[in-house]
Amino acid sequence: MTVESTAARKPRRSSKRTSAVKTTAKTSAKTPQSSEPELVQLLTPEGERVEHPDYSIDLTADELRGLYRDMVLTRRFDAEATALQRQGELGLWASLLGQEAAQIGSGRALRDDDYVFPTYREHGVAWCRGVDPTNLLGMFRGVNHGGWDPNSNNFHLYTIVIGSQTLHATGYAMGVAKDGADSAVIAYFGDGASSQGDVAEAFTFSAVYNAPVVFFCQNNQWAISEPTEKQTRVPLYQRAQGFGFPGVRVDGNDVLACLAVTRSALERARRGEGPTLVEAFTYRMGAHTTSDDPTKYRADEERASWEAKDPILRLRAYLEKEGAADEAFFTALDEESEALGKRVREAVRAMPDPDPIAIFDHAYADGNPLVDEERAQFAAYQASFADSAEESK
Amino acid sequence: MAMEKMSIAKALNESLRKALDTDPKVLIMGEDVGKLGGVFRITDGLQKDFGEDRVIDTPLAESGIVGTAIGLALRGYRPVVEIQFDGFVFPAYDQIVTQLAKMHARALGKIKLPVVVRIPYGGGIGAVEHHSESPEALFAHVAGLKVVSPSNANDAYWMMQQAVQSDDPIIFFEPKRRYWDKGEVETDSIPGPLHKASVARTGTDLTLVAYGPMVKVCLEAAAAAEEEGKSIEVLDLRSMSPIDFDAIQTSVEKTGRLVVVHEAPVFYGSGAEIAARITERCFYHLEAPVLRVGGYHAPYPPARLEDEYLPGLDRVLDAVDRSLAY
Repeated sequence: MTVESTAARKPRRSSKRTSAVKTTAKTSAKTPQSSEPELVQLLTPEGERVEHPDYSIDLTADELRGLYRDMVLTRRFDAEATALQRQGELGLWASLLGQEAAQIGSGRALRDDDYVFPTYREHGVAWCRGVDPTNLLGMFRGVNHGGWDPNSNNFHLYTIVIGSQTLHATGYAMGVAKDGADSAVIAYFGDGASSQGDVAEAFTFSAVYNAPVVFFCQNNQWAISEPTEKQTRVPLYQRAQGFGFPGVRVDGNDVLACLAVTRSALERARRGEGPTLVEAFTYRMGAHTTSDDPTKYRADEERASWEAKDPILRLRAYLEKEGAADEAFFTALDEESEALGKRVREAVRAMPDPDPIAIFDHAYADGNPLVDEERAQFAAYQASFADSAEESK
Repeated sequence: MAMEKMSIAKALNESLRKALDTDPKVLIMGEDVGKLGGVFRITDGLQKDFGEDRVIDTPLAESGIVGTAIGLALRGYRPVVEIQFDGFVFPAYDQIVTQLAKMHARALGKIKLPVVVRIPYGGGIGAVEHHSESPEALFAHVAGLKVVSPSNANDAYWMMQQAVQSDDPIIFFEPKRRYWDKGEVETDSIPGPLHKASVARTGTDLTLVAYGPMVKVCLEAAAAAEEEGKSIEVLDLRSMSPIDFDAIQTSVEKTGRLVVVHEAPVFYGSGAEIAARITERCFYHLEAPVLRVGGYHAPYPPARLEDEYLPGLDRVLDAVDRSLAY
């Protein structure tokens, strides 16, 4: 039995919350080989609010609705992008379906002056940073390799090579500390990336230099077709202890817990107490990317069991129970979702191919005579076609 | 004019000192660069004078060194990182090639990556495996990187200044067997741009092109050839990416013959690139095919055999003779 299927069949019940939900640094090594995930949880899959001794949160109805709206719109954007890929408008898409709580919870914990280093799936975090979602689609449409200014929203470019960005985040955080600023940095990565040497080196550097960085691992149980057990023999959050900083496992489908735990880790970083590893225990409900076929490697029952823990349904149940949102709110949000989908669809279809000469743009900041020479040759070659077209008229 | 005689090692040290002194955003990072001053003492005394916050001893993790330097550069710093030896750069090769080289372009020019990666390279010091290699072509092949190597103290001093000031990532290959060679450094006379080649010796019969450690060998070969009545021009390339083809073309149009010399394996090496481009540019000026002298398509040999592997005076002169025989 795999770790993830165990987790799937034994959803944590609220009645266990005070006795078993211990995930702070001092208790993290208690059960090193346990297959039962210890999760910080504040909202059960049924939408019941529970307390945790180390992570409390008190949100207004407005804030709760805000988190719900973020998750719904992110999911709608993601669904639109998937559809656009199927229609041939995008070459590829990496869906975040199922990971909305992990991304919105952690993303909403950030301050404007914090800096984010994402993988290629952090569409929800980008949303929280105020990055226009259509900006994320350029690389998937094939018109650029990123294209946005990372400094305009403190949201770095997507990183395709897994784990690389954890070192960039660490270096950036070292710079933040040198500047005497109290910003924090967050690096996103997945369970597969946790096997990369760069992630281990990032843990080492961040611990040695006490860098204000939060490592936010979304353990979505699958690295393309490889389950987490092919990446690690111990729960991922426990890795942190060996590097000398705390690790916490949070219910990644619980937006409140993700917000509370990330906020706590960021505050710790701001206080100059160094890095934290947060493992958001979640599930990638869709394929790894639109090129992937999860039916070849995982059972339908597994997905079904995680659907019962859907982060959006869970918060909706809570909002309804608490009377924090009425029908008008949900109806308005549905309309907003459709409007977003339409805007994204139209923006992608209107996205022009870049001018071919752009191949040579920005290869170097200070210029390069070789690039200049090849650009001139390319331009002349292109122009030769234009000339022959003129002549044939 | 302030003239000072110093070794290449000292020139690099003085240059790094000046860079740290001039710009508070400049950082030195690497294994053993602090108290020890680096295994070649290039950073000797810098931590003492600028502090552990500016001259940073790092964990022994090359990918980590370059990867965190990228992050520091994104935060506005100008890191100069030391890779202890040529053969140790490969754990960092991923960060250099997939991240450092491409990030500026991926951001459509919105961010800059002013990182200098210093690599003591090349053979001739009797070292063990992975301490004598010349991997410059592997970096020169990658768009987004600039690759340079000084051959003398004055260039070492100034090219390092220029590399630190560049907004592009620079792979700075230091010819380790020349570290202790002394030369005049003009400390207040700024030379030409980083990518310009220089004529190390003028001649009319044949052009030798070299860089880094092989410039000295080529100058010795030219001196020896002169005794046989041959006039050899020696061009110090200084930059392997970009390459100053204009300077090579000018020389070859004068001499009609070209031999490229480097320590790296000839196969797919920088000599191949130079031969191809110069053949395109100077086909009607060439009196002989462009010849190459360099290492073999074999792992760098054990130290007792490195004199056979490395191009020496005789192999360079043999190539000169072959070219002139056409």
